[in-house]
Amino acid sequence: MAIKGKAYIAGAFEHPTRKAENKSVAALHAECAKGALEDAGLSFGDVDGYFCAGDAPGGVLSMVDYLGLNVRHLDGTDIGGSSYIAHVSHAAEAIAAGKCNVALITMAGRPRSEGRSGLKQKIVGANVPDTPFELPFGPTAVNEYAMATMRHMHEFGTTSEQLAWVKVAASHHAQHNPNAMLRDVVTVEDVLASPMIADPLHRLDCCVVSDGGGALVVVSPEIAKSLKRPLVRVMGSGEAPKGQAAGKTDLTYSGAIWSGPAAFAEAGLTPQDIKYASIYDSFTITVLMQLEDLGFCKKGEGGKFVADGNLISGVGKLPINTDGGGLNNNHPASRGGIVKVIEAVRQLRGEAHPNVQVKNCDIALAHGTGGGLSSRHGSATLILERV
Amino acid sequence: MATTYETRKMAVPEVHPEHKEYWEAAALGTLLIKQCDSCGEAHYYPRVLCPHCMSDNTKWNEAKGTGTIYTYSVMRKGTPYAIAFVELDEGLRMMTNIVDCDLDTIHIGQKVKVAFKQSGDQDNPGPFVPCFTPIKE
Repeated sequence: MAIKGKAYIAGAFEHPTRKAENKSVAALHAECAKGALEDAGLSFGDVDGYFCAGDAPGGVLSMVDYLGLNVRHLDGTDIGGSSYIAHVSHAAEAIAAGKCNVALITMAGRPRSEGRSGLKQKIVGANVPDTPFELPFGPTAVNEYAMATMRHMHEFGTTSEQLAWVKVAASHHAQHNPNAMLRDVVTVEDVLASPMIADPLHRLDCCVVSDGGGALVVVSPEIAKSLKRPLVRVMGSGEAPKGQAAGKTDLTYSGAIWSGPAAFAEAGLTPQDIKYASIYDSFTITVLMQLEDLGFCKKGEGGKFVADGNLISGVGKLPINTDGGGLNNNHPASRGGIVKVIEAVRQLRGEAHPNVQVKNCDIALAHGTGGGLSSRHGSATLILERV
Repeated sequence: MATTYETRKMAVPEVHPEHKEYWEAAALGTLLIKQCDSCGEAHYYPRVLCPHCMSDNTKWNEAKGTGTIYTYSVMRKGTPYAIAFVELDEGLRMMTNIVDCDLDTIHIGQKVKVAFKQSGDQDNPGPFVPCFTPIKE
């Protein structure tokens, strides 16, 4: 059973905070849920399906209890920052199967207030099979993505200047977003002059560490058509895990090589049909590699594709992350997937900032890479259409 | 300018029952890898069941302990250290650290050999873990 046309995103909300010193993570989840339901024109009582991931304190059960929900479908899938993109497709599957009609997805966190960053070693529980063979070597978010960057440069001649263009594009978009954490426009030279964090990634190749969150409401076609919001239809999705293949790992590609084609096939569309793309930007390399893997350019040509403003709305061929992305706007709970879907919804509704709104934006893509690019990650791709 | 290798407190790995031989060999300076007698494939990190064919007919093999750097990154915040994936001569790629060298001279394709370092610290000494160091050419 395909999910094409079986569900709509009716509500989307990005919490305006980027620093939440005096608010709990659960409270942020609740505010996001309220915001997305109000955006849709629905209430807590209408929700019959709930979706959350590892950022949700206490998991699905604590959150359902806390939010006072009365639901008949639950999903706590956690594939890191791309979880919420997968949640949209899981919600569409559940709606198509008659398991729920109004699915609420929430996420929130406060890594900025809690002093967490991509430089800290991961916190993992006991009995995880891979950690004895990895944790002693100090893998962090930054050096894991840096190792994939280094190999990409070696195999394809990708340069730091090309990677810097991803940040330059993000900063051009963020200047128009009053809630963005970083709003100053930067140049390629600024990126290269920023401190080296983990070779070859500079500080400005890395996303922000921000508090905040977001929520989405996915509904059945009948409910979507009864609401007053523009119709944003789910067209296709794909998800894929990528690990180390038991010692045969290849770090030149991500799981998007599987999730992307699956989503395009389900939607009956190709990369050429995409007017706007939200592309996960935990680091500049993430964008470059995903664009290759999703088929927006050939493998190894991502460097040329992202350069010279090609990702800037109104300037280049493929506008991405017009909110400023994780690099400039927001990476709440160190998990950027939900913001990726939210900005795609804004673009499809024509509600992006006028200076970055893509004209006639009828088809959009949101894609995420959650977890470690060199160790294990989950890829999720979602294609949406404005009806 | 050089970035000299510094001793770093490495996280103590959790020892799972099926890895007893692995850590015992490591303490003696030997790197073990798992080989499957059913499908013939080697794998890393070691499992009880072969991840290629699900056979429980897996056995420990001594790796030569040499390989080449597949990729790496030197951390420039805090104590510098070089995380890497090394491709063993047996064909397996494993996460590790490059040690006992000028970290600025590390490069992809560099020949390396295994050099075990003890995890933990004086108060909480842990198992020796397989790092690699460049082979002087």
